Amino acid sequence: MTKHVVGTVAEIPPGGRKLVDVAGRSIGIFNLGGEFFALRNRCPHQGGALCEGPLGSCISSAGPGHYEMSRGGEILRCPWHGWEFDVRTGQSWFDPKGVRVKNYEVAVVAGKNLKPPAPDLVPGPYVAETYPVSIEQNYLVVEL
Amino acid sequence: MSTASLTRLVDCDIHNTITAEALMPYLPKKWQEYHREFGRRQLPGDFYPKAMPFASRTDTWPPTGGPPGSDLNFLRRQLLDAWPIDIGVLNTLITIRNQEREYDAAMATAANACQIAEWLEPEPRLRASLLVPFEDAPLAVAEIARHGSDRRFVQVLIPSRTSLPLGQRKYWPVLGAAAERGLPIGLHFGGWAGGFPISGAGWPAYYLEYHTGMSQTFQAQLISLICEGVFEEFPDLKIVFIEAGLGWIAPLLWRLDRSWKHLRAETPRLRLKPSEYFRRHFWLTTQPIEEPPEPAQFTAMLEHLGMNDHLLFSSDYPHWDFDSPDHALPSILPAGVRQAIRHDNACALYGLKTN
Ligand code: FES
Repeated sequence: MTKHVVGTVAEIPPGGRKLVDVAGRSIGIFNLGGEFFALRNRCPHQGGALCEGPLGSCISSAGPGHYEMSRGGEILRCPWHGWEFDVRTGQSWFDPKGVRVKNYEVAVVAGKNLKPPAPDLVPGPYVAETYPVSIEQNYLVVEL
Repeated sequence: MSTASLTRLVDCDIHNTITAEALMPYLPKKWQEYHREFGRRQLPGDFYPKAMPFASRTDTWPPTGGPPGSDLNFLRRQLLDAWPIDIGVLNTLITIRNQEREYDAAMATAANACQIAEWLEPEPRLRASLLVPFEDAPLAVAEIARHGSDRRFVQVLIPSRTSLPLGQRKYWPVLGAAAERGLPIGLHFGGWAGGFPISGAGWPAYYLEYHTGMSQTFQAQLISLICEGVFEEFPDLKIVFIEAGLGWIAPLLWRLDRSWKHLRAETPRLRLKPSEYFRRHFWLTTQPIEEPPEPAQFTAMLEHLGMNDHLLFSSDYPHWDFDSPDHALPSILPAGVRQAIRHDNACALYGLKTN
């Protein structure tokens, strides 16, 4: 497992997302109200670029004529066939046990705490896992 | 079977979009004015936007601003170059709306001219289906005669919802003209149906019902074409069901064969069992492929059908129910069968040569 710096906190506003390539995988990083989540950008159905799909609500019904919308902006729909996934967990909505997309933990780390790739580098603009890093900012780190 | 040969691919259902603006230069002035002043009928009873805008994958809107399928370069990038597609068959969905007959015919003629100039000429990997005003036999036959010798048109396109069942004699001149030139009839999901509900039991409330129920229109066409004796009249006629699904067909044929034995005297012109006509004269595109829960059920579905040499891979790009060439056919199918469905069957049916 390697830690990869994938961006700055400031780069992805709430409701926003960023697609990154990490270790040969395309991954989508999402900001849901200040919390960060990462999903593999590959739909388990037929391989569509899932993380490029629209974000919407969870729509449920307690009976005929009832529609509830909840968790606005937290449900990702695949751009190809519209399969829905929970951004927080990677679980699908139609089959939460059987179908899920791989998700990754996203840690927020202050620049000064990021380990430089070589011990002799001094704090200041340096490179952590190919991402330019400075000590003043907070970074998003994914481990895989 | 080498893996290299499995990369050969013919996509039998690609939707290019010819917008009204793109069509205008190919329409005679008179019909341009008619189009501007009176326009085209909306399809009655159709759901729109069909789950996704333009019924399309949300990533298929070209950066140039037009609707999905309208930009050849983008279609190349997103489909033809993204997979090793040797040949792709365009099915332009300018359905004929059963209006002023000459207007319908002019729209079809213009769309065919536009397809030649803007799609077939610049992209040698593409073939197209010929659009015809199929509800008016003489005008449709004239359009077939106009292009019947241009082999880049590989079939005559008719939507699955016609105003009468397609086996009826009103359509025979069209079926005959196609058969005479060796052009299959490509029957594609959709169309205008003389106002009938898509279901035999009234109008559905949900698009999910409509989308699933579309196979009912193909069931009606299958039964009509066979029972009317069309294949006795036109022994060379070939029909391609495009976007009809596969799983329902074998049980329907079992039922039809059984009833035919009981009722044979009513349709004495049929010399063969209904299922024999079907297996001789029909081809089927794959998308949207059924996805049974167990892979073995998929194999069983194809075994029941017994038509592996008549199945044609199709993606339906750019529509939202697109099938990816990498995933449509489960890997438990033997490589030879996949190769036939992905490539060989289409080449044999349409007389295509890939390098
Ligand atoms: S590829 Fe994502 S829903 Fe089909």
